[in-house]
Amino acid sequence: MAAIEMKHIVKKYGDGFPAVNDVSLDVADGEFMILVGPSGCGKSTLLRMVVGLEDITSGDMVIGGVRVNDKAPRERNLSMVFQNYALYPHLTVFENIAFPLRLAKMDDGEVRRRVNEAADVLELHEHLERKPANLSGGQRQRVAMGRAIVRQAEAFLFDEPLSNLDAKLRGQMRTEISRLQRRLGITTVYVTHDQTEAMTLGDRVCVLRKGKIQQVASPRELYEQPVNLFVAGFIGSPPMNFLPATVDGARLTTPFGTIDLDERRAAAVAGRDLLLVGIRPEYFEDASLVDEAKRPLGTIFRARVDVTEWLGDQQYAYIPYEAPDAIRTQLRDLSKELDAEELRTQAIVSIDSTSRIREGREADFWLDTRKVHVFDPHSGDNLTRDADAGAELTRMATEDRLEQVGEARERSAGAQTGGAQAGGARSGSSRVGAP
Amino acid sequence: MSSKERTWWIVAGVAIVIYALFPVAWIVSLSFKAPGDLANGQFLPTTPTDENYSTIFTGAGADLFLPALRNSFGICLIATFISCLLAMFAAYAIARLDFPGKKLILGTALGVAIFPVISIVTPLFNLWRNIGLYDTWPGLIIPYLSLTLPISIWTMSAFFREIPWEMEQAAQVDGATTWQAFRKVIVPLAAPGVFTTAIIAFFIAWNDFVYGISLTSTSAARPVPAALGLFSGASQFEDPTGAIAAAAVIVTIPVVALVLLFQRRIVAGLTNGAVKG
Repeated sequence: MAAIEMKHIVKKYGDGFPAVNDVSLDVADGEFMILVGPSGCGKSTLLRMVVGLEDITSGDMVIGGVRVNDKAPRERNLSMVFQNYALYPHLTVFENIAFPLRLAKMDDGEVRRRVNEAADVLELHEHLERKPANLSGGQRQRVAMGRAIVRQAEAFLFDEPLSNLDAKLRGQMRTEISRLQRRLGITTVYVTHDQTEAMTLGDRVCVLRKGKIQQVASPRELYEQPVNLFVAGFIGSPPMNFLPATVDGARLTTPFGTIDLDERRAAAVAGRDLLLVGIRPEYFEDASLVDEAKRPLGTIFRARVDVTEWLGDQQYAYIPYEAPDAIRTQLRDLSKELDAEELRTQAIVSIDSTSRIREGREADFWLDTRKVHVFDPHSGDNLTRDADAGAELTRMATEDRLEQVGEARERSAGAQTGGAQAGGARSGSSRVGAP
Repeated sequence: MSSKERTWWIVAGVAIVIYALFPVAWIVSLSFKAPGDLANGQFLPTTPTDENYSTIFTGAGADLFLPALRNSFGICLIATFISCLLAMFAAYAIARLDFPGKKLILGTALGVAIFPVISIVTPLFNLWRNIGLYDTWPGLIIPYLSLTLPISIWTMSAFFREIPWEMEQAAQVDGATTWQAFRKVIVPLAAPGVFTTAIIAFFIAWNDFVYGISLTSTSAARPVPAALGLFSGASQFEDPTGAIAAAAVIVTIPVVALVLLFQRRIVAGLTNGAVKG
């Protein structure tokens, strides 16, 4: 296991286009790092440079303290799960998992022991003699993971491993990957374009846009203290609403009424003219369902609801609003960049599922103004970001991680010395991949 | 499919099979006819005889036919082997690597494949005589390579392109050298393609007549198609048709056998392969 350091990594293709542009990123030992971004942002290229399948134009790639720029993939001792799994169709599941061990010329008994351990962890025992072509998508995915964990690699690399699975299986495998990574406590870099995976799996998430890092932070910090419009719009589902606003002292005027800012945020936006206010769907509520105690913390506005979506546990309402042309183009460009197609300017608001607000009627909404962010529409910067609060969130996440990794190591150490009584029935299998 | 439609398919299928196989059946029947029967215009011989077969194996034709059979097998197998081996490396490079002149190589291969054989036979005849390759095995293997290599490179590069590159990259990440990845992952996956190519290459070499008749003069290197043309009857007034028919049947057997043998292999490879997953 090792830390991965990237220092000013640049990847230029033949036509001089920088797919990855000056990326510096440190992945700590045992950390689960997510690379996320819309298609074409360079996240897969970056991962392939880590593993050595792509040449690095300039910069240093350091794994476990050793510069690996000029090393072949096989000398880097990393294991990777590919998007289409890349299982060897002519070999059985057993031989697929054993492939890296056979290449390392390990003796037969040891190979069998290790493959069986990996099969234990991934519950692949009954499939060991089958060929990959006869397995389901989820089983293939597990075989690919088996091949990754069977040897003691410095780090795991995942390249959109769940994108070929259906939604239900994806959820299961996601928790499976998370559990596995925690148990083995191994450094992991995971590429995805799915922000749910990014939020649920990552210790830290690196948001990339056009080959440049936008923000590296814990999921909570990304969600609550995004650094710019791009990150704010990318993280969160349904996405953050951006409303045009004009400033008057500490008061913002938006299509949904006025918002009073606190002193810190008012100072940050002072002297500006036209701005964008970012409001998450869940900051809204049906005004008739808001506690009297909470009510003064926000503002109430009246608007016509276009469409409502009732999902059982929650309910969304779509409220159209008018925006100046400049803002409208800005928002359309942003949504295009985020792989979405925004046809009209409308706000998505999350309301309680018991709310009786109807489509096509006017209704009162309450807006929690405490957490709204204000963005500069031209540069996209978040003017009201509280860097200290964000850093605190990430620091807490790091502490949690260190604690969990420490526990995992203790458990595996206990299992190795035969003291398997601690850590549950399956802790014995955590020997796979342990130091 | 309705039963009426099915009947039509069966009828049409049978008609096509008869149309395609009738000449072959006629040759087989011809090979069992006695000399007096040959021109009787009937499909079946009046009294089947193995006279023609004994002529080519033990009788007058044996001196011509048996060495020719040996030459054909030897030359074609060697040419097929060399061409498959070379084509495998060439096709791998073409499918995987980006190098200057890639288009040129493929274009040249195509050019060579469509180049009329007859136009280079005469210069080759002179050249081979001068450098001592005339009437030798290498003297035929080399021109056969020019026939089989282009088609082998084209078919094999198509097969290699089908294999996802991730396979190889996965092998490299798993700790394989380029050569190990090629040998342990790419070659087994490409095996059906290699066998298909081998069959095609073998047939092309096996069927050649022009090089065979022009670049040989004795039984040292003369292949079967050329030898068939040199059969003569028992007397100057008798056609060697029966003997030629018998020899034609014999040289068809390995071809049919090869197809049956490798067909199993190809089908097996295609169904279990599931390269795409």
